[in-house]
Amino acid sequence: MAASPPTLQSSFGGPVQGARRMPSEAPQERRGASEFDVAVVGGGLVGVATAWGLAREGCRVVVLDEGDRAVRASRGNFALVWVQSKGLGLAPYAGWTIRSSNAWEGFAQTLKEETGLDVCFQRPGGFHLSLSERELEARANSLKRLHNQPGIVDYKTEIMDHAQVARMLPDIGLEVVGGSYCPLDGHVNSLRLFRTLHTAIKARGVTYLPSHRVENITREGGEFRLTTAHREIRANRVALAAGNANMHLAPMVGLECPMRPERGQIVVTERLRPFLRHPVVTLRQTDEGTVMIGDSKEERTDPAGLTLGVSATEAERAVRMFPVLGSANVVRTWSAIRVMTQDGFPIYDESESHPGAFTVCCHSGVTLAANHALTIAPMIARGALDKSLVAPFSARRFHVQEAG
Amino acid sequence: MFKRLADAGAVVALTVDGKPVQARSCDTVAAALLAAGIDRCRTTPVTGAPRLPYCLMGVCFDCLVTIDGVGSRQACLVPVHEGMTVETQQGRREAGR
Amino acid sequence: MNAVDLAPSYDLVVIGGGPAGLAAASLAARAGVTTVLFDENPGVGGQIYRGITSTPVINRSILGEDYWAGEALANEAKASGALIVNGATVWSLDPERIVGVSIAGKARMIEARRVIIATGSQERPFPIPGWTLPGVMTAGAAQTVLKAQGLLPDGRTVMAGTGPLMWLLAAQILRAGGRLEAILDTTPRRNLLRAAPHLPDFMLSPYFAKGLALLREVKAKVPVRRVASVAAAGDGKLSEVVSDRGRMPADLLLLHQGVVPNVNLALAAGATHEWNERQLCFQPVLDQDFSSSVPGIAVAGDGAGIAGGTAAAERGRLAAIAAVRALRPEARLPDPQSVRQRLQREEMGRAFLDWLNRPADSFRQPEGETLVCRCEEVTAAQVRATADMGCEGPNQMKAFLRCGMGPCQGRLCGLTVTELIATQRKSTPAAVGYYRLRPPVKPITLAELASLPISEAERKAVER
Repeated sequence: MAASPPTLQSSFGGPVQGARRMPSEAPQERRGASEFDVAVVGGGLVGVATAWGLAREGCRVVVLDEGDRAVRASRGNFALVWVQSKGLGLAPYAGWTIRSSNAWEGFAQTLKEETGLDVCFQRPGGFHLSLSERELEARANSLKRLHNQPGIVDYKTEIMDHAQVARMLPDIGLEVVGGSYCPLDGHVNSLRLFRTLHTAIKARGVTYLPSHRVENITREGGEFRLTTAHREIRANRVALAAGNANMHLAPMVGLECPMRPERGQIVVTERLRPFLRHPVVTLRQTDEGTVMIGDSKEERTDPAGLTLGVSATEAERAVRMFPVLGSANVVRTWSAIRVMTQDGFPIYDESESHPGAFTVCCHSGVTLAANHALTIAPMIARGALDKSLVAPFSARRFHVQEAG
Repeated sequence: MFKRLADAGAVVALTVDGKPVQARSCDTVAAALLAAGIDRCRTTPVTGAPRLPYCLMGVCFDCLVTIDGVGSRQACLVPVHEGMTVETQQGRREAGR
Repeated sequence: MNAVDLAPSYDLVVIGGGPAGLAAASLAARAGVTTVLFDENPGVGGQIYRGITSTPVINRSILGEDYWAGEALANEAKASGALIVNGATVWSLDPERIVGVSIAGKARMIEARRVIIATGSQERPFPIPGWTLPGVMTAGAAQTVLKAQGLLPDGRTVMAGTGPLMWLLAAQILRAGGRLEAILDTTPRRNLLRAAPHLPDFMLSPYFAKGLALLREVKAKVPVRRVASVAAAGDGKLSEVVSDRGRMPADLLLLHQGVVPNVNLALAAGATHEWNERQLCFQPVLDQDFSSSVPGIAVAGDGAGIAGGTAAAERGRLAAIAAVRALRPEARLPDPQSVRQRLQREEMGRAFLDWLNRPADSFRQPEGETLVCRCEEVTAAQVRATADMGCEGPNQMKAFLRCGMGPCQGRLCGLTVTELIATQRKSTPAAVGYYRLRPPVKPITLAELASLPISEAERKAVER
């Protein structure tokens, strides 16, 4: 397991056991009549990671969430903390991802100290496996294009042949012609992360309001008013972390967040003894022993439905990759709607017309959780995004592209 | 825990964890295990707690055993056959069996 | 019958070979509809007529005449021309009526013009301390092995719970020469108040006289104690049953507090369900022909709401009549009105039984370290604390605690989790809802899933 650099550890400070709040100067000064310093819209991984980070900065935070049957990407995600492939088309995304990957170990450690819950972060290096020469060639080409981009951080992704892969993943099938390996790739128990963050925000005094779907946001008298079916919530700032719903919410505060949701399906097996040391982008063994198989993409947005043929394809490829899995029982399948921005890259923005309104939106809510908690949240607490870090992720990029 | 009411049905020979067990032709694997007086058919993959069948109607999955080399089969749904090998299951199943 | 031998499509697929399924398949096949019945057990009969074609219990007085009534149904189905496939597990049903079925480890997808789900009921979860110990099982489980294999409880046996099945099983065990140390009756006394207004109806039902006779028969031979708490204790296996009336050594504890519909398949098919406050369970929303909210899919038998075996057969007939009318309007059919009348008679008195045997809150909503989810070993305290944290429903609960994620797919924790959340959040089970279920509703192997037909678009959704 790769250790995160010590400098990042120090940025955490000591976790304060039992502290309801960690007051810091800045938000205190600006504390107005509003009940809350920040209203975070969205109780998924992005929302609760941001809320936790804000609470650590001493903010009075409310998280507004939907109910049990909400379309939740956080319940359907694949739990990778993943680096390889990230950044093709937007070079700074690679550096942003690596920053989070490096911060993850300290992030997990702090959460454990605060909640006693272990999210089982591991960074053993991960694979992308190919089942034909054509697939492997396409893989190599895409990595080449990625690394030829100007300004890219060079993260070591290595193309391996069957024998090289087999040395690290002894159970691969004969049909695996090779793959790519990146030592920075890892994974986590994402459902436990979801629970841990909820436990942590509760311990830090964050107000969590389920079944408070936000219908409208206005800014009046220097504060934001968020309309829900239950009551109006007032806050000095608002952070939109509502996934695909950001598309409708962002324009209410002078922001934009173009999305194109898609559906992904996951197949889950019964618990097995450990057999897979490294996560594969389409297949991983959880710390509990179940094997998750996934990574389908469909242009559908019905979260309740399931395309059985897609599950079958995932299963067929999984058995070709790891024949030993053929006799494993499938105990669950999932379909969930991916949070996906128009170009697939994160959107972090602050509103010019509605000062104090921010967007925190991305597909990789697990990988980037450390950044959202430790980097984005402090920026929102300070009241301004640090352009040197997140300027490339403004939604303004969509207009630049259109103009070009 | 259970005894046979009537000695009806032909005797079917199984092995359970390598030991011979006499079942009857009308038995499911779960019934044969209960009649043989075994004290567990699996231990759980979570805490290793011992379990015996709870519902015997395909609902509870506590009767999961390895039958003829295939793991995690519901013993209450599978009829016995001559020469069947049954193994109790310890914790998580091993991939490939 | 192997999976490959099945036709690609049938007019009618009946799922479950209990009374509802057998009656439905017989009626439809005799009306000239190509019918297949899939049943996952080694023989037909469902739970109520378990082992009806093969039981070694030849002394007919042991299981009683109500059991042997199943013989006629099984024979009728066999003679009807319906294809009956045992050892066939249906693990998927979608709104387009594509049925996923596995036989001997091979999976097939079968098209159906009509589907009748007749998957019946299961025993209500009975989450008491120690209910996962070897030596603790359901009364239904003991009855299953008595019927199908002639196994009789041996050693110190205690029964605990409420409801007609418990008394019936006690009588069957006694008639077979078995012995019971005690019956711990968990029925709350005040239930009688709510049941009383329905007593006149019940007195007119065939179950009145039978029920009284059964109680007399059992109480003459077994000490019955009214209890407010029950726990199983022991190290690695049951050694004692502990109640508020004391402790008693025991080798076998049989639990029962009624039955509830098996909802997994109907839910996965997308059928709308509702909470039944009297029976404390979810059930599909159905019309008078037992058609669900999904076109072409009906739910008959106890899966439609608990009414017992004889009613199940009549419900199966009504669902089949509707299916045949749609598929083959020219077919000659029995008069549905007379079937409805018989059904009405059977259902009479159900309200009395339901209110009388309604399990107490404390036996449905456990506390502390008592396991709620047997598969993932999640405790009541965890579920309650997580609800307090703001978790409003079972799907979020599943994500937080993994309850319902094990192989039983929530069958033995779903109702408990829903009710615990409702209590903690001062809501109602109807508002809290149930687990979202998706295929496979019974586990299949990855190889079976991999063997299913895949379209080009479906392949492209994964291969990149």
